[in-house]
Amino acid sequence: MLTILFDGVAYGMLLFILACGLTVTLGLMNFINLAHGAFAMAGGYVTVIMMNRYGISFYWCLPAAFIVAAFIGLILERTLYQWLYQAPHLDQVLFSIGLVFMAIAATDYFMGGQQQLINLPPELSGRMDVFGVGVGRYRLFTIILCAVLAVALQLILSKTRFGSRLRAAVDDRRVAMGLGINVPVVFALTFAFGSGLAGLGGAMGAEILGLDPNFPLKFMIYFLIVVSVGGTSTVSGPFLAALLLGIADVAGKYYVPAIGPFVIYALMIIMLIVRPNGLFARGGR
Amino acid sequence: MLNRRTLMAAAGVALGCLAAVPAAAQEVIKVGLILPMTGPFASTGRQVSAGAKAFIAAKGDTVAGKKIELVIRDDAGTADQTRRIAQELVVNDGAKVLAGFGLTPLAMAVAPVATQAKIPSIVMAAGTASITKASEYITRTSGTLPQYSLPVGTWAAQNGIKKVVTLVSDYGPGIDAEKWFSKEFKAKGGEITEAVRVPLANPDFAPFLQRVRDAKPDAVFVFLPSGAGSLFMKQFADRGLADAGIKLIATGDVTDDDILNSMGKPALGTITGHFYATAHDSPENKAYVEAFEKANNGMRPNFMSVGGYDGMALIYAALEKTKGDASGPAFMEAVKGLSWTSPRGPVSIDPETRDIIQNIYMREVKEVNGELHNVEFATFEALKDPEKAEAK
Amino acid sequence: MSVVQQETTVMANSSTASATSRAAKLMKRRSRIRFYEIIIWVVAIAAYFVLPSKMLILTEIAILALFAVSLDLVLGFAGIVSLGHTAFFGLGAYIAGLMALHYVAEPVTGLIVAGIAAGVLGLFTSFLILRGSDLTRLMTTLGIGLMMAEVANQMAWLTGGADGLSGFLPGPILGLFEFDLFGKTGYIYCLVVLFVGTMIMRRIAFSPFGMSLKAIKGNAMRAGMIAVPARKRIVIAYTIAAVFAGMAGALLTQTTSFVSPDVLAFHRSADVLLVLVIGGTGYLYGGIFGAILFTLVKDWLSVITPQYWMFYIGLLLVILVLIGRDRLARWVEYLPERFSKKEDGR
Repeated sequence: MLTILFDGVAYGMLLFILACGLTVTLGLMNFINLAHGAFAMAGGYVTVIMMNRYGISFYWCLPAAFIVAAFIGLILERTLYQWLYQAPHLDQVLFSIGLVFMAIAATDYFMGGQQQLINLPPELSGRMDVFGVGVGRYRLFTIILCAVLAVALQLILSKTRFGSRLRAAVDDRRVAMGLGINVPVVFALTFAFGSGLAGLGGAMGAEILGLDPNFPLKFMIYFLIVVSVGGTSTVSGPFLAALLLGIADVAGKYYVPAIGPFVIYALMIIMLIVRPNGLFARGGR
Repeated sequence: MLNRRTLMAAAGVALGCLAAVPAAAQEVIKVGLILPMTGPFASTGRQVSAGAKAFIAAKGDTVAGKKIELVIRDDAGTADQTRRIAQELVVNDGAKVLAGFGLTPLAMAVAPVATQAKIPSIVMAAGTASITKASEYITRTSGTLPQYSLPVGTWAAQNGIKKVVTLVSDYGPGIDAEKWFSKEFKAKGGEITEAVRVPLANPDFAPFLQRVRDAKPDAVFVFLPSGAGSLFMKQFADRGLADAGIKLIATGDVTDDDILNSMGKPALGTITGHFYATAHDSPENKAYVEAFEKANNGMRPNFMSVGGYDGMALIYAALEKTKGDASGPAFMEAVKGLSWTSPRGPVSIDPETRDIIQNIYMREVKEVNGELHNVEFATFEALKDPEKAEAK
Repeated sequence: MSVVQQETTVMANSSTASATSRAAKLMKRRSRIRFYEIIIWVVAIAAYFVLPSKMLILTEIAILALFAVSLDLVLGFAGIVSLGHTAFFGLGAYIAGLMALHYVAEPVTGLIVAGIAAGVLGLFTSFLILRGSDLTRLMTTLGIGLMMAEVANQMAWLTGGADGLSGFLPGPILGLFEFDLFGKTGYIYCLVVLFVGTMIMRRIAFSPFGMSLKAIKGNAMRAGMIAVPARKRIVIAYTIAAVFAGMAGALLTQTTSFVSPDVLAFHRSADVLLVLVIGGTGYLYGGIFGAILFTLVKDWLSVITPQYWMFYIGLLLVILVLIGRDRLARWVEYLPERFSKKEDGR
């Protein structure tokens, strides 16, 4: 029972870290970026290449995945994304699906279509008993890291100068510019940061979720569920939504395997009917 | 007016594209190879096509005075595409033989075309037993799931395993594997304590593995498509199921040779049953593996590739028998009862069901020369597909 | 689009009596059969005689076109971005397959039953898309599509699960025309259904009902102010679109005599959206133009580069959006409206 809860939390945390970058782009910058998974995939492949080809430690791969994905995000934001902030949602959807397709084919070309696997350092693999509850070490690591990130993210957005600039830029672009905030730079950095988080998520998820060229499509739905259920205006909303979905998914599959696959979709649809703007919407839009 | 003219011109170009129909030259037999080269099953397409090409590279491209030409097309794993491509290959390109078919629905979609046009169709990968029943013009060079799940049950029952939990992907092939393993295992005195089915689109095995652990069986029998299989393997080890004394037995899909080596330590000791292992010890296989790896940048040939290789072998052998006659009825008559030595060992085509008869090997994952391999340790000889054998 | 807004403003400014007549005139002008429409149907029929070897791909285009045209009713007129339109397509496909397998092999019956079934599903699910933002709708429709796919996989006793539904052959159409291997009958059949479907949807879309949909798309609140019952209209439009999407699915089943679970796959929803966008939204024929272009390009690419054609499709999408799809899609507006010169000084 507790083990199931634990697994659910770990899974939810992983979903959160993968999706929270999307919260930033979607919620704060109001851009429906379906290509978010492609950045996660980039992070995952960075890890795979560094570990399997060059034998670099897993702990170094995580920041590397963040940096590479953020860098790719920055470049794409400057060259492509920035032109579409004002575009209709349909355009954004199409554009990002196009990017996903390109990412899938390109990855397939360079890395091949098979599942990529990584071997974790020994201290992270296996499990241990904590008061009779079986705890996977890697899952524990995931939970701790994600929790730290969630707190940090919340603090950055609400307490730092950058966070308030960003919120100002989102609320009213023109006024923010008038106040001397360099909006394009703020947006670019935010986008890069969001992509970097996705990259980190991809690197961490490679162990549990697997990694192959179809990663962005396969998990797109999960990211979107987290963000749309959690609402896009806060960090805590998606965080709770991710936890809830993770636990519901794992528990649903454990206790009622027959309807397991439906749990997550049904939950999403019910949520969206009851709270169309997310669990913790910031009032009417 | 300019716009109108542009439109007309565009329409003309479009029509021109449509009208370009390649004419079939004489003395060439076209083999239409329809495979998923993109999408989630792209690795199947890659292995099968590489296998088929390897055969042509080894044996030359002429047989019985005819030149064999491979036409490879991608269906992205979508059944209606497969069907359309098949029909076009037959009607427009004059293909005499169709082959490939990565997944069961793709093969099933082609069955009506094969029957209607009397085109021999060779299934090189898909594994559901009923495919060859869908048309008289379908034969197979891969294997069926019942064929290689059943012996795993026999082996388990004979080797001191009493209680088993089955864990399979929740779709046709998985359910087939579950059914035939359980049937055989129970008939031999074993007990299935629980049957777990995992949804296809499933990112995390944690809840299912926990269920297996809580059931405390002697072993868990697994069928998963190869990509998901490797993930499962890791989580299996991570959750300490092996330490809890639960053995992992599976069909060979889980320890797919293509990716086995990258699975690392957790895969060691897994017992699987299948029709082909890269490590199979025979001169034919040594030559095949060497040529294959050379031609494909070090990629290991897996069971799918050997399906492609043998598919071509079957076409060559049948054409030799018919002296180059590729017409449906003659070709299919020639196919029945054919036998040859494949890299996987001796194989033949069952004259009654047109399905393959082959050895199934029990293998264990071991380290050989620093690489992980499926090492064969027991053989079930010349097995027919049990589902069709039973139906008689 | 912008034209509509402009025209609406003109309407609002004039007095009631003249407004009525102007509105009538406007409706008439908008619903007039245009030159390019005739061209399309003539070319489609000509293709039957000119390109006998390409029947199959033409059939595929016709089916995709019907599917895309039905989506246009939802997207281009009602303004709902749907990523789950395959739910209806797939349901129609399965219903048609089951009909042929268990009850009536005659295709037209199956087509109608499939359309009705998809319509019922559309009616029920339409209530879910009434609330929320673009993103919410996107997610709800996507969720419904994925659930349908899972249902089809789970109910293997009925649908054949992952192996697909096979073993049926549709009988002759109306008992008269047998399907042949070259796909000639299939093409004519699909073309007729496409034509009838497009004409019906065209009638709906260019009626006052269609105009009110565009008004809702433009600004739902304002539409409510001028007494347009937005929710009701969206429900109706969504249901009608579902009916035709279901019929498109049924056509696919009947021409391939096979149903596989990928009729419900996500990529189909994405594809049809792409088709519509290539052709342009909001005038129905975009679905047809898009289907032609998309299928040809895809077929051409997948022959050249069977493994990596997806890359170029993606590239095409990105370029399309960056250039501005409006600019590309508007080419139809520049086509002459009729054979003679414009007479009413627009």
